[in-house]
Amino acid sequence: MSIALRGVTKRFDRHVALKDVSVDIESGSLTALVGPSGGGKSTLLRVIAGLERPDSGDVLIDGQTAVDVPVQDRGIGFVFQHYAAFKHMTVWENVAFGLRVRKMRRDAIRERVDHLLHLVQLEGLGGRYPSQLSGGQRQRMALARALAIKPEVLLLDEPFGALDAAVRAELRAWLRALHRDVHVTTIFVTHDQGEAMEIADRIVLINRGHVEQTGTPRELYERPANPFVMSFIGPITQLGDAFVRPHDIDVRNIPAESSLEAMVQRIVHLGFEVRVDLMLADGRGAWAQMTRDEVDQLELRLGQIVYVRSSRETRFHSDLPSHAVLGNAG
Amino acid sequence: MAISAVAPTVPTKVRSHLRSTTHESFLPVGIVTTFLSVVVLLPLAAIVAHASPGRSFWAAVFQPAALASLEFSLVASLAVAVVNAVAGTLIAWVLVRDKFRGKPLVNAVVDLPFALPTIVAGLTLISLYGPRSPFGINVAYARSGVILALLFVTLPFVVRSVQPVLTELDREMEEAAAALGAGILQTYSRIIFPSILPALISGTALGFARSVGEFGSVVLISGNIPFKTELAAVHIFGQIESGDMGGAAAVSIVLLVLSAAVLVALETLGRRIVRYDG
Repeated sequence: MSIALRGVTKRFDRHVALKDVSVDIESGSLTALVGPSGGGKSTLLRVIAGLERPDSGDVLIDGQTAVDVPVQDRGIGFVFQHYAAFKHMTVWENVAFGLRVRKMRRDAIRERVDHLLHLVQLEGLGGRYPSQLSGGQRQRMALARALAIKPEVLLLDEPFGALDAAVRAELRAWLRALHRDVHVTTIFVTHDQGEAMEIADRIVLINRGHVEQTGTPRELYERPANPFVMSFIGPITQLGDAFVRPHDIDVRNIPAESSLEAMVQRIVHLGFEVRVDLMLADGRGAWAQMTRDEVDQLELRLGQIVYVRSSRETRFHSDLPSHAVLGNAG
Repeated sequence: MAISAVAPTVPTKVRSHLRSTTHESFLPVGIVTTFLSVVVLLPLAAIVAHASPGRSFWAAVFQPAALASLEFSLVASLAVAVVNAVAGTLIAWVLVRDKFRGKPLVNAVVDLPFALPTIVAGLTLISLYGPRSPFGINVAYARSGVILALLFVTLPFVVRSVQPVLTELDREMEEAAAALGAGILQTYSRIIFPSILPALISGTALGFARSVGEFGSVVLISGNIPFKTELAAVHIFGQIESGDMGGAAAVSIVLLVLSAAVLVALETLGRRIVRYDG
């Protein structure tokens, strides 16, 4: 099911959460809404779900306006950051809820719930209450509950935000696999760009109520529309006026064409990766991400003078439309 | 990916140590036992000691006026409990979910029956709804007047039990239910009501217990007409005044047993419902 937002604006009292936002989401895609906290991405998801009504603009589901369609009839599955488990029901009853509300036949409900509990690897725990599950298990229960009604769109609001790192990594891989198998249009919200890059095939970067850029993870990383996107989607440093990824800085002991002089200020060993803080001749700081071998080869020491240039850089011209990217020299 | 659902294994030695720290603390248990004994158990024992055993006990209980007062106390308290359960939940709902001017004031008014001496409450009620009622409503010396007084003094119990639960209720549960297709009525009956039910039961039980023993607020408005508006507590007072301590103690014990039975029944019901908290 494809989703399109057209000029959606949403205010909460004086705070403008979404400002004239237009987004297209292809049927069957796995899209991440990513951005800093308070940027409006959760509001956008809730507008798509029908949990919030936009002040203006239109929400199109499969080309049909859906602004007046209540959340009950949108055919969506919604997963909340804090699970929103029905605490007074068992795991089994939680998953069966949507089917019971639909007055499905009892044996059909049993079959579907058992299948879903198997899918989310909670078989045997159906008789437990949510309070007796771990966070990861609760979120898998919430996913099964959302999937039970065979939604055409699956919406997840910071689904892994409340979980510890190991469980989060597991659930990410699992969500990816689930999307491959079930192929339901999936949109999830995250403030973690790494999570977005890892799971999604499309990213919508939202900041301060508007869309900064839309594209594949690679497009956002390699052709960021503006310094904000570039800095949000990965590490960034500056050589003169150019924005550079720290791993694209080329450090040498002898000058080369268009290289800049710099002094080594600090060397931080992070295992395989070494972070080298530099002071440029113009007094500005920069840092380079290097491998241990490169550092050993150059015999880098504190206070040493080196020559740096970028193998790939991006210049943004504020007077041009934000998607016009110049540069990529290298 | 299976996340292990196996309980962490604790070495036996550590476990026995844990048990000793949690169970072998005599001091707090001793203090609680002493306190409860002095404040609750000894007075109860004294009543039992006061009641003359054997035939005169049952004679006092089966005296028609005593039976009638016990019956009225029970029936009135149950009726009051039912009304409170409904009205209290509604008031709690409005206080938590609705926005209106003067909400803090209404919130404070709910506690007034707790703060007011019950005899003052009785006075207020009789001047409002008594023979000289400014509204022309006279419920004095009638059963409806007794019920009204009991409703007044027990109002806060259900409101104050249910209100915090409603405040803490996860609103996302309701959104999740809506996303799963539940309409407003289904969300109320399947999500909200079961969530507040344990608090509702305990608030209702407290209100019931209070109205079974209520004396001050009803003594004026009821007129204490035997077989009509006399409550058990007032009947007991009458017996004490006429010097029949044994009879007073006998009726007291029956009243005690009856209300204890209702409380235990409600408590059991509540515990059955909250098994999911474990």
